[in-house]
Amino acid sequence: MAAPVHRRLLRESRAARRHLALAGLLGVLGAGLIVGQAALLAYIIDRAALHRASLADLQAQLLALGAVLLARAAVDGGFELSGRLGASRVMSELRARLSRHLLLDSPAGHDGEERTGELAACAVQGVDALQAYFAGYLPQLVLAAFVPLAVLAWATSVDPLSAGILALTIPILILFMILIGKGARVQTRRRWRALSLLSAHFLDVVRGLPTLRAHRREAAQARILADVGERYRAETMATLRVAFLSALVLELCAMIGTALVAATIGVQLAGGYLSLTAGLTVLLLAPELYAPLRGVGQQFHASADGTAAAERIFAVLDRPLGIADAAAQEPAPAGARLAQRRVALARRLPDPAREPIRLDGVGFAYPHRKEPALDGVDLRLAPGQTTALVGTSGAGKSTVAKLLMRLADPTAGRVSCGGVDLRELDAELWRGQIAWVPQHARLFAGSVAENIRLGAPDASDERLQRAAAAAGALEFIEGLPHGMDTPLGEDARRLSAGQRQRIALARAFLRDARLLVLDEPTANLDEESARRIAGALTALTRGRTTLLIVHHALLAERADRVLRLEGGRLARPADGDELVDRRLLEEVA
Amino acid sequence: MKARQVRADVSAGARSLSALGRLSPGEGHRLALSVVLSAGAMAAAIGLLATSGYLISRAAQRPQILALMVAIVAVRAFGLARAALRYGERLSSHDLALRQLARLRVRFYGRLAGLLPGQLRRGSADLLARFVSDVDTLSDIYLRALIPTLAALAVITAASIAAWVILPGAGVAVLASLALAALVLPWLSAAVAARSGRRQATVRARLLGELVESIDGAQELVMCGRADERMARLRDTDAELARLGRSDALAGALATGLGGALTGAGLLGVLLVGIAAVRSGALSGVLLAALAFLFLAAYESVVPLPAAARSIRLCSAASRRLQEVCDTRAAVTDPSAPKTPSGAGELCAHGVRLRYGAGEPWVLDGLELRLARGDRVAVVDPSGAGKSTLAELLVRFRDPDEGRVTLDGVDAREITQEQLRRAVLLCGQDAHLFNTTIRENLLLARRDADERDLLAALREVELDGWVAGLPDGLDTFVGDDGELLSGGQRERIALARALLSDARFVILDEPTAHLDAQLARRVIANVLGHCEDRGILLITHDPQLAGDCQRILHVSEPTA
Repeated sequence: MAAPVHRRLLRESRAARRHLALAGLLGVLGAGLIVGQAALLAYIIDRAALHRASLADLQAQLLALGAVLLARAAVDGGFELSGRLGASRVMSELRARLSRHLLLDSPAGHDGEERTGELAACAVQGVDALQAYFAGYLPQLVLAAFVPLAVLAWATSVDPLSAGILALTIPILILFMILIGKGARVQTRRRWRALSLLSAHFLDVVRGLPTLRAHRREAAQARILADVGERYRAETMATLRVAFLSALVLELCAMIGTALVAATIGVQLAGGYLSLTAGLTVLLLAPELYAPLRGVGQQFHASADGTAAAERIFAVLDRPLGIADAAAQEPAPAGARLAQRRVALARRLPDPAREPIRLDGVGFAYPHRKEPALDGVDLRLAPGQTTALVGTSGAGKSTVAKLLMRLADPTAGRVSCGGVDLRELDAELWRGQIAWVPQHARLFAGSVAENIRLGAPDASDERLQRAAAAAGALEFIEGLPHGMDTPLGEDARRLSAGQRQRIALARAFLRDARLLVLDEPTANLDEESARRIAGALTALTRGRTTLLIVHHALLAERADRVLRLEGGRLARPADGDELVDRRLLEEVA
Repeated sequence: MKARQVRADVSAGARSLSALGRLSPGEGHRLALSVVLSAGAMAAAIGLLATSGYLISRAAQRPQILALMVAIVAVRAFGLARAALRYGERLSSHDLALRQLARLRVRFYGRLAGLLPGQLRRGSADLLARFVSDVDTLSDIYLRALIPTLAALAVITAASIAAWVILPGAGVAVLASLALAALVLPWLSAAVAARSGRRQATVRARLLGELVESIDGAQELVMCGRADERMARLRDTDAELARLGRSDALAGALATGLGGALTGAGLLGVLLVGIAAVRSGALSGVLLAALAFLFLAAYESVVPLPAAARSIRLCSAASRRLQEVCDTRAAVTDPSAPKTPSGAGELCAHGVRLRYGAGEPWVLDGLELRLARGDRVAVVDPSGAGKSTLAELLVRFRDPDEGRVTLDGVDAREITQEQLRRAVLLCGQDAHLFNTTIRENLLLARRDADERDLLAALREVELDGWVAGLPDGLDTFVGDDGELLSGGQRERIALARALLSDARFVILDEPTAHLDAQLARRVIANVLGHCEDRGILLITHDPQLAGDCQRILHVSEPTA
């Protein structure tokens, strides 16, 4: 076949198997109906034209023809229905796997690598595009497989000569489809690329309009836009002239085939070798023979968007997992056994507030980057103390935090607590002991209270108030229109960066965790907000093991120890217990 | 109620479509040519099938072979013509679409140019993407909507007349069933699409929002042990969407089935009329097959109409949105009799007041500013206090509600924007890097700058070493909106670009937000040193950076 099946998409769309099977069944049925319709129509015309049969004489045949036509309508509807349902099933399944992959299996794997919005839009809107594949292309493919067979079989039984001609044209047609299809596909891809480049260029220019105006280039750019458009048009038309040739050849094949068959039948009829019914049937079937083959080519392009959307999701799913979950590692332990295993793992769970956390020769490389983010890092977090990690951006500080929280596993060396490798622990249980305040705290759709309760959903109102007060957030929360119940998130971003950060701190207070990871909690804040938060942080870190990632002098001063990371390595050698002197700090800040 | 709403939408869309879709002269010919070719191709297909039907029926009467020759030749000619016409139609319609696309882009770009960034700013990334895709959609209108519709109209008319000539009753049957199909099917398909769009839109938007939030906030959700709960919520929303999808799929399938049923009814109608006519002697038997085949082939012209109707719906929605942009009058326009600034004075703001709408609080309230050559003034304030708005006033991306901005003592509204921006350059917080090379991005500021100038500017922002180390040096591509660079590199290239311009006054709006404090201080010191003879207004939230300036201006508390 000139246009191949998207194997992966079919293999992975287990949910749509039933719909696909139904489509196959409908394909067989549809092929039978096409032949039946042609035969009935031919018979009716034969009787009426040559034998002047009356309507009453043909009543049964006319009724049968009506039934066949209705059945064909039902089959067409069925194709569409099964295709749409199949597409929606497949997309639901892909979405579920995508969110599982990004949420549970590899939460840190996504980090700014691509535009989340675009990926999500792909997962939601892709279903429309996929419909073209399942409801348009696949049924066409099924028809293309069954209809020619049925047509040829029938034609052979009534007029072997015409059937022979038709049978001869098919391989020629397919040969041409393959020959031209190969070239045409390259051409078509180039054309789409050109068009999408053009569109991207336009978007680039539109987005840059303020900059263009600032530099007084907006008028010049309008001319460039016109020139580029004209150039692309000329180039595209040159490719199209060739690309459309394939359709021309296919069309010619089909048309000449039909014309040849018509002439052959005519000559045979005139010689009295054939009945009119047989001749008309074959003539009616000739276009039906080619239609699905040509349809496959047309639908293939329409379905390209859908397969592209699916491929985009596959690309994310194919990315290696960030962590290996100890509890889920063994082949699917079912309910009770999983729970047992969790209990067993919980018993081994070390307490980071009492036992030291060590990084031994830890290295980490992001899959898509050449340079490792961390390289041979040895580090010790003393229980109950605050360790500050300083260094320029890109030095690997946040990566250390990710490894500590098991949002990713090291690619070399090991991270352990109380001598137990974190990889041997259940990730969820381990994370349950940690509170994290990231650089850009994220607020979720929901009330202020819900946002603070993110890490402790069952906390009482009283504890909620205390946590907010400790974070220095209570004052501004009470100033909000509905206090703690004020909605936040997507459609209600009314908080400043400092206020968001204080909500994140309140989260950490309420969580009351054993290990604290603070990732530049005051970056992006003005002096005043930073000072206020610094005070709250001192209260928060008391008695907890804390990793403080920072380049702000104000905060690092409060740390028990300050370590410096540079290009993925600790700036001072080995055992990590060394105090960095204050002068270094000044330099960093 | 809903129907009226839909009708109102459609007619509003049609009005803006006709306003926007007006053809340029050359395009009119091309459109006509495409329609003729398209209708011709379909007519040839009808001719092929109808003639074949006649040929075979005639042959069954066992005439001399010679009597069949005309029909045999006609059948072949129709076949060849059909393929050739179709090829020509494809070329001409695609050419039209591409011309239309280029023209629409230039046109809408021109409209938009007067509105950005002053009038269409907040949350505009999506808006602009939408704008671009709307223009793309609109350029499809001929290819996908108008040509098939007009061609179908021509074919239906021609086929009905042909059938009428053979047998008047059959002509009526052909016209009735084709016209019915041509009206009902597109309407039904558009209605089904509109219904599912309306019902699914909110759930889709919710699912999209939840997905984005979950992916972006994955780490927080996981750390707080809320991931499973989130998965369950996503599943619920997904199931809701699937439920709506199923009922819409059923509606769509019914519409498709109805289309099939209509063809069947039409065919039966033609047969009934034809058979009765043959029986009564009004129709020669050899033409019965021709009539039936004519109908079947003519029906092909109706097949693309539902898709055309959906396309018209999309185009009218797109054109309505675009019309809004076109209807927005640019707030800032050049004066009819512009004055020329002397080139030797100061850039000043006198008693400037501005707010985003009537009744809203003043963003700037009585602002005074004087910037002479060699001046370094810093604007330091907590964010949201209108610093960026001040920057936009000074380059006239917007005008103040009260008070005035003057250059060399002349009101900015009395000189051309070209003149003003020649003297005053804004290097904004969101300075855009175009998807081309570093060199091209820098040359934007001064077309005639040579390699030495470019490298000198890069040296001031400490990027010279980095560029020298790149395999392609200045000819390195920066990616879409500079995505191949870090935020700091983007900012510094934008700064270097500002240094290259020969504006007398340079306004730097948060130029170093992504840089380390130390590097930011060095770069700003370099930039100030490099611009000794220019007036610099530095907008920043970092008081440390403002240290190098002679004066500090507070936007929120008006001072001289």
